[in-house]
Amino acid sequence: MWQIVVISGKGGTGKTIITASFAALAKNKVMVDCDVDAADLHLLLHPRILERHEFRSGKTARIDLEKCVECGKCVDLCRFNAISPAFVVDRVSCEGCGLCDRICPAGAVVMEENLSGEWFVSDTAYGPFVHARLGIAEENSGKLVSQVRQVAKEIAEKENLDYVLIDGPPGIGCPVIASLADTDLALIVTEPTLSGMHDMSRAAELAGHFRIKTGVVINKHDLNPENTSEIEKMCKDRGVEVIGKIPFSEEVSRSIVRARPFVELSSNAVSREISSIWRRIKVMVTNNK
Amino acid sequence: MIIAVASGKGGTGKTTVAVNLALSLDNVQLIDCDVEEPNAHLFLKPDISYRKSACIHIPEIIEERCNECGLCQEVCAFNSIVVLPAPEGARKGSVLVFPNLCHSCGACFILCPQGAIREIEREIGVIESGWSGSMAFAHGKLNIGEAMAPPLIRQVKKLIDPGQAVIIDAPPGTSCPVIESVKGADFCILVTEPTPFGLHDLELAVEMLKTVGIPFALIINRSDIGDDRTDEYALKNKIPILMRIPYDREIAELYSRGLNIIDSKKEYKTRFKELFSRIEDLHVADRGHQRQRGHG
Repeated sequence: MWQIVVISGKGGTGKTIITASFAALAKNKVMVDCDVDAADLHLLLHPRILERHEFRSGKTARIDLEKCVECGKCVDLCRFNAISPAFVVDRVSCEGCGLCDRICPAGAVVMEENLSGEWFVSDTAYGPFVHARLGIAEENSGKLVSQVRQVAKEIAEKENLDYVLIDGPPGIGCPVIASLADTDLALIVTEPTLSGMHDMSRAAELAGHFRIKTGVVINKHDLNPENTSEIEKMCKDRGVEVIGKIPFSEEVSRSIVRARPFVELSSNAVSREISSIWRRIKVMVTNNK
Repeated sequence: MIIAVASGKGGTGKTTVAVNLALSLDNVQLIDCDVEEPNAHLFLKPDISYRKSACIHIPEIIEERCNECGLCQEVCAFNSIVVLPAPEGARKGSVLVFPNLCHSCGACFILCPQGAIREIEREIGVIESGWSGSMAFAHGKLNIGEAMAPPLIRQVKKLIDPGQAVIIDAPPGTSCPVIESVKGADFCILVTEPTPFGLHDLELAVEMLKTVGIPFALIINRSDIGDDRTDEYALKNKIPILMRIPYDREIAELYSRGLNIIDSKKEYKTRFKELFSRIEDLHVADRGHQRQRGHG
């Protein structure tokens, strides 16, 4: 079983469109959406939800004003400025450390468990799919990412599947680190813009930091050929392989409203290049082990 | 006035809007809070005059005072301290600290009955500030491999000078880093694109802003691609649409080279100035409502 994660650094470079196409191209696989606070892959895969689970994680303080003696210790000691001078907890700022509960002389603090989101096991026309929805203004997206990945891995092991296809979040922080951990290949989707290049290089550095084998795809490469050659040079210097260059096509942006994997909608140059990238990925992960 | 620019979905044009809006105004400060992938500097090319390492506090055990009572492990809500008892035959066990998991709440340090914990600084990123022409600029850069952006965002936001118009470029998504970035703003611009992805993530961002209690309105970028569902959504939920930027290959090319729209397409400077006036009006109206509610 090989775990393949699609990341980008910069948002909006085409991660989800590419992952959905891999879902249509690959055989024997399970898909996971790890962009848990702005998940979109389900919009293309149309899951039928089989299992729905609550994601409970962390706690939030609440102060019982009947018991509170207004000594102010909690307000002074809270490092997150989450307690107002009127002893009301700001639920968004509270990180649930519980220090206020421990130091309150009146026992007026109640630590309440958070319902931080939901995760789902679904069936799709392409195979099983594990996805999630982080609650509004909730934390611990990294833990939810680890949860959906664990479930997907168990499904892959139980059903003897070959691939776990992971749609990752943008950025390089906590949910990205959780998406990358222990994968066999990180595919970084970039675009030939200064921002795309800057963010790709930080994402590649992150993958390198965790010693994850990395491949780069340059999406809309013909929008700026100079930047595309610069990306190829950057990758070469880093020892990272550019495994595909997808041309710009208005058909792609138009196709999003049709809400299906692009390779099923078109056999144009974009579609052919995505198929070639998938074949390349199969070779890369097989040679890895 | 502090205006945050956020989006839900990534790549919809937050940085483009934030930078071009700031460039259209006088007496303005731009704060890039996307510390995982800061991009505004690529367009503003600021002269950096101030650079500081951004640190958080993590515990360090003072071994000679520690009696391995285990309280620090018990009070740590983030599993970042583990107390290992002395192995057979040995006199002393050990206390392991996992800095990456630590939220710097101070519980272990404050509660240790032996006074056996001190706090030391650990760098998580850098903060830089300077000038791009007459515009004040600041951003943070998270070190590669660091998980937690919010403490760095909090430190970058300390450089906010509320005496002028402040534009905050927020990261994508709807979770902690975004909330930390928009918190305290007077108004939030949500930049979206009229596709199913854009709309889905917009709805999440709207719910997030309602929870945090910040007034907001939309800018629809690449407004001529996709479908009408974003307009229908905005109409139904009474969310003002402040601006539409049609898809324009020239804008895409300028962006790819790190150039700004208002430098090549002068009409956009007027449009962004008008955008700012409209936000000021909405902001005044919103404060009026709040006062009325307060007295009612």
